[in-house]
Amino acid sequence: MFKQLCNRFGTPISVGIAALLLVWLIALVILPQLLMVDYSFRPNLLPSEIGGPKDSYSLVNYVTLFNNKIHLGIFFKTIWSSVMVTALTLVVSYPLAFYLAKVATPKQAALCLLLLIIPFWINEILRTFSWYIILAYNGPLNAMLQALGLIDRPLRFLSGNGGVMVGMVYAYILFMIFPLYNALESLDANQIRAARNLGASWAKTHLRIIIPHAKPGIATGCIMTFMLAAGSYAVPALLGSPGSRWFTQIIYNWFFEGGNWNQGAAYAFLLLILCIGFIGLVMKVFKVGLGDIAK
Amino acid sequence: MSSQSLLKWGIRAYLTLFFIYLFIPLIIMSTATFNDSRFPTIMPWKGFTLKWFDALWQDEGMWQALGNSVWVAAGVMIVALPIGVACALFLSTVEGKGKTFVYSLMMSPLLTPGVIIGISTLIFWKGLDVTGGIFLTVIAQTTFIAAYIMLMVLARLQRFDRTLEQAALSLGASHWQIFRRIMLPYLKPAIISAAVIAFLQSFENYNTTLFVKGYDTTLTVYIASKVRTGLTPAVNALGLVMISITVLLAIAYEVKRRREEAANSANHDA
Repeated sequence: MFKQLCNRFGTPISVGIAALLLVWLIALVILPQLLMVDYSFRPNLLPSEIGGPKDSYSLVNYVTLFNNKIHLGIFFKTIWSSVMVTALTLVVSYPLAFYLAKVATPKQAALCLLLLIIPFWINEILRTFSWYIILAYNGPLNAMLQALGLIDRPLRFLSGNGGVMVGMVYAYILFMIFPLYNALESLDANQIRAARNLGASWAKTHLRIIIPHAKPGIATGCIMTFMLAAGSYAVPALLGSPGSRWFTQIIYNWFFEGGNWNQGAAYAFLLLILCIGFIGLVMKVFKVGLGDIAK
Repeated sequence: MSSQSLLKWGIRAYLTLFFIYLFIPLIIMSTATFNDSRFPTIMPWKGFTLKWFDALWQDEGMWQALGNSVWVAAGVMIVALPIGVACALFLSTVEGKGKTFVYSLMMSPLLTPGVIIGISTLIFWKGLDVTGGIFLTVIAQTTFIAAYIMLMVLARLQRFDRTLEQAALSLGASHWQIFRRIMLPYLKPAIISAAVIAFLQSFENYNTTLFVKGYDTTLTVYIASKVRTGLTPAVNALGLVMISITVLLAIAYEVKRRREEAANSANHDA
């Protein structure tokens, strides 16, 4: 590989390229992850005890999670809610992505894409904060529902999972729409027309022609959305309450309130495994490779 | 009414609802800035005021955090741009067995939750006796922002005409001259776009920064802490300012991108 680089750029520049690449991948990407895993299998010790007889590998930090009913509950709730967020985002995004890719004229699509991109550029915290105002007990949503006569008393949107999930769908929807749009755009419109001419219903055309073609896009969108949802700290911190804590908040507490980094590292590693597991699952279900996803 | 026009109306209704959903929160947040109320809300409307901009202006914590954010973003640009460009050049040059593996490694920070990047960076540097702060924030953010830069530069490199290099080489140019006079000028638009994206990504990052910031609060972290403690419409004023800047930047970026696209397709037609 280095030889190919040298042939093209000459030795000095190739050394520079290789050095930058290696520093990034080794010092920033690989080693920190490995050290985090290493940390998670060690006990939390005083600085003087490190390297001493007590400093040995064990599964203690992982056992803690399984013995703690509350943490375990939050772990599974985080998985379940993230799956729900992903599914909800997919359902909301699909019609729009299909419209953009196959129904809209190029001009309409360009305008819609611009409109979509603008909120995407805005800080996640600010987008979440907007929902905080809307969902507040005395906020506009409750006022509107009351004015319409749909509810008698204001609802506490911010004390359950509902508010968190609404905020997440909003925050991550574009990570679903763009991969879907990219995948759908490459579908030959003649295939849809052919299916229609041969008498397939709209539902059947989508199910048999369009969705199979969009698989890589669906997979990418689901992976991104799930990863962002499961790893989100901002949205549950802003829109949640103590009763709707997210697993990331437990991790944060181990680091900055519990002062037990080893324990926090174990929890963080579990979160990482969860995300890797989800990626593997999605790739298997949709029968796509890593190469399709990275596109 | 045929099913075709019914479908059309359905699509229209869906689009309208979708874009209302997309923009209403931002509009409500912005409007609440001007409400003369102690708490950010739009109802009840207590009258128009600009006093929250004044309060924001006099908020020293905000200025401090803004300064930190700018330093971090500048640092990320300086560290991550060379890395991203180098990796893009690497990927556009080498072929062979290990390439897919290296590529997956490079993409992995984009598929890793931000909190985990923050945590692993914090733990790694603790071993070197470096604690959280601006430096560590730059390092942690670079871990994943470099990957974005790599992708953007790579996209442009894939359209690069390699005969240019060969021509220069046979005319006696050195490797360094080719890099300096052909490659870098060709990549310049992508590098500028990548720099803008890197700056914004860094500026708005929360999940990763939270773990490595130490006592140095960035603007995004500052906003989040204000929402939970001491929330006043001054936060909305800050949000409105940031939204205005972002929208202007986004539009400028889009206009620039489209001009380039138009220029490119014009070249192809010619």
